Amino acid sequence: MSDRTLYDKVWDRHKVTTLPTGQDQLFVGLHLIHEVTSPQAFGMLRERDLEVAYPDLTHATVDHIVPTADQSRPYEEDAAEEMMSELEANVREAGIDFSDPTTGDQGIVHVIGPEQGLTQPGKTIVCGDSHTSTHGAFGALAFGIGTSQIRDVLATGTVAMEKQKVRKIQVDGELGDGVEAKDVILEIISRLGTEGGVGYVYEYAGEAIEDLGMEGRMSICNMSIEGGARAGYVNPDETTYEWLEETDYFQENPDEFEALKPYWESIRSDEDAEYDDIVRIDADELEPVVTWGTTPGQGIGITDPIPEAEALPADKQDTARRAQEHMRVEPGETMDGYEIDVAFLGSCTNARLPDLRRAARIVEGHEVADDVRAMVVPGSQRVQEAAEEEGLKDTFEDAGFEWRNAGCSMCLGMNEDQLEGDEACASSSNRNFVGRQGSKDGRTVLMNPRMVAAAAITGEVTDVRDLKEVTTV
Amino acid sequence: MTGADEVEIPEVDSASGSGLPIRGNDIDTDQIIPARFMKVVTFDGLGEFAFFDKRFTEDDDLKDHPFNEDRFQDSSVMVVNSNFGCGSSREHAPQALMRWGIDAIIGESFAEIFAGNCLALGIPTVTADSETIQDLQDWVDENPDGEINIDIEDEKVTYDEQTIDVTVDDAQRKALVDGVWDTTALMKSNAGAVGETARDLPYVGDAAGSSAD
Ligand code: SF4
Repeated sequence: MSDRTLYDKVWDRHKVTTLPTGQDQLFVGLHLIHEVTSPQAFGMLRERDLEVAYPDLTHATVDHIVPTADQSRPYEEDAAEEMMSELEANVREAGIDFSDPTTGDQGIVHVIGPEQGLTQPGKTIVCGDSHTSTHGAFGALAFGIGTSQIRDVLATGTVAMEKQKVRKIQVDGELGDGVEAKDVILEIISRLGTEGGVGYVYEYAGEAIEDLGMEGRMSICNMSIEGGARAGYVNPDETTYEWLEETDYFQENPDEFEALKPYWESIRSDEDAEYDDIVRIDADELEPVVTWGTTPGQGIGITDPIPEAEALPADKQDTARRAQEHMRVEPGETMDGYEIDVAFLGSCTNARLPDLRRAARIVEGHEVADDVRAMVVPGSQRVQEAAEEEGLKDTFEDAGFEWRNAGCSMCLGMNEDQLEGDEACASSSNRNFVGRQGSKDGRTVLMNPRMVAAAAITGEVTDVRDLKEVTTV
Repeated sequence: MTGADEVEIPEVDSASGSGLPIRGNDIDTDQIIPARFMKVVTFDGLGEFAFFDKRFTEDDDLKDHPFNEDRFQDSSVMVVNSNFGCGSSREHAPQALMRWGIDAIIGESFAEIFAGNCLALGIPTVTADSETIQDLQDWVDENPDGEINIDIEDEKVTYDEQTIDVTVDDAQRKALVDGVWDTTALMKSNAGAVGETARDLPYVGDAAGSSAD
């Protein structure tokens, strides 16, 4: 048994039994919930007179609808207030820990789990949110589930899943100046396609991945789902352990850190683990990647021309044509110089402290272009506080950015932060679907946080490497 | 097994009805149900918002969309292309389709979470190759009242006096045909084994409660 992947090992440790459907019943080590996808599940539970089986392994936050400007209660929007009250009632009744905004721990679910040390290697982690894949950065097996599955997890502490294949994505070499984790994952999705990962879990490996801090690894795992893979992970290593040791959980339980380490080590993929597929990416060749279309797979290097629809595979042409029409981009041109109206620095992909630091360094001494609305929405209250303490808030505000409170905000436009009309947005988030940012005519260009900062300053998509001396972080 | 948990789970071995074509690859969940309609605490009433932005202009005028066409108002079998339902994990998407009247979907391929969410509602998502799907879409367009029958167990779709082979994922087929697609009761009955698995995990036990108090 020395040829197994982390996926195999964590799966086997959590498998309860094989169900009559052929699916495996997996024990869930951490169930994260938020206000949008959980109320219906609690409703179903009540209908069946069931209780939450493992409240101690469940943790709640509020992120999707929470206002990021005025957060005083009741929220200005009735629907938002109703969802928040419902969540409060549900967690109170079930005895579930809730990082609500008064705790100072609130934030986007995929930011706070790792922050508090709830996210750990070798756990199975689920949440009614497709970007749950983020937590795989710690060597956890983490995936998004639907509301009926949330009901399953609440009621039984388990989920029914089919085992998938594992594709290793080996990223060798070193990332160049101005190139970040975000560019790696955008490149992977562009190469393999938005459905390339269906049926697979992605293991990210190689020198370029090992060199990344936890935040970069999270940015990559976060967008696994954009490439069709339900989960992605990185094997835990010293970088992972250093992060964990600093978290509340292990600060409060230092003995457990040493006690659990052998388990974490044991679940790493074996040297000669067998993979169903291996894809190699050369980090040295990458440049900042931006999207030109309306799926995250429609990305190109900043100096590359937008492809002709006809040059793409037959099944991609139609989508490409519609995307180009929507985005109003010309094949043959680069995205450099594409005018923007809004710059959004936020989301569970890129709103952690190092993301804000890097972007602030670009912004320093500059001003947001006239007519550009630029905002920073930290991923959590802790990120916000730390950023304020080290002066990042001032840097952004001096340049003309709005500094908001933590939440999902304009990543999906469920609160007041939305695009209007056909505004174009340089966004550090993960989805550029039509209508995603709140306006069905809105145009989203995905990019890394420094590229967002650069676009805010120039008013157009800009190669950050031309703007200022940049260093990799 | 708790006695209270007595939900009738029907066996779904076939589905039938007239069809409607929804053309295009990569139709994401933000298109199926825009996020602004998810500010609700129940799924009731989501049906009217299915494909909302594709159906209505800014001024609420009707756009061209099969969901708006009179001839498809009674249709229950949706015929789609590839990577349908990609994007978010929102069960609001299949819930909206189901509440609009969709009972089954035939397509080239489906995003995984979407297909799983459909299964949890007892909605089959069956697949066939691109050419077969396009033929079916064309036929449906010309025969909006034409009956389509999906035999889930035998993986066959019958329409217009012809039968085509389709694929139904193994676990999905079993779950639907045997009426075990609602997994809550099934999994709850294994509570003992669940507890054992949990106790065997090094991080459960004290780890379970200490951050919660
Ligand atoms: S930030 Fe965006 S992608 Fe992340 S959880 Fe919130 S809405 Fe989803």
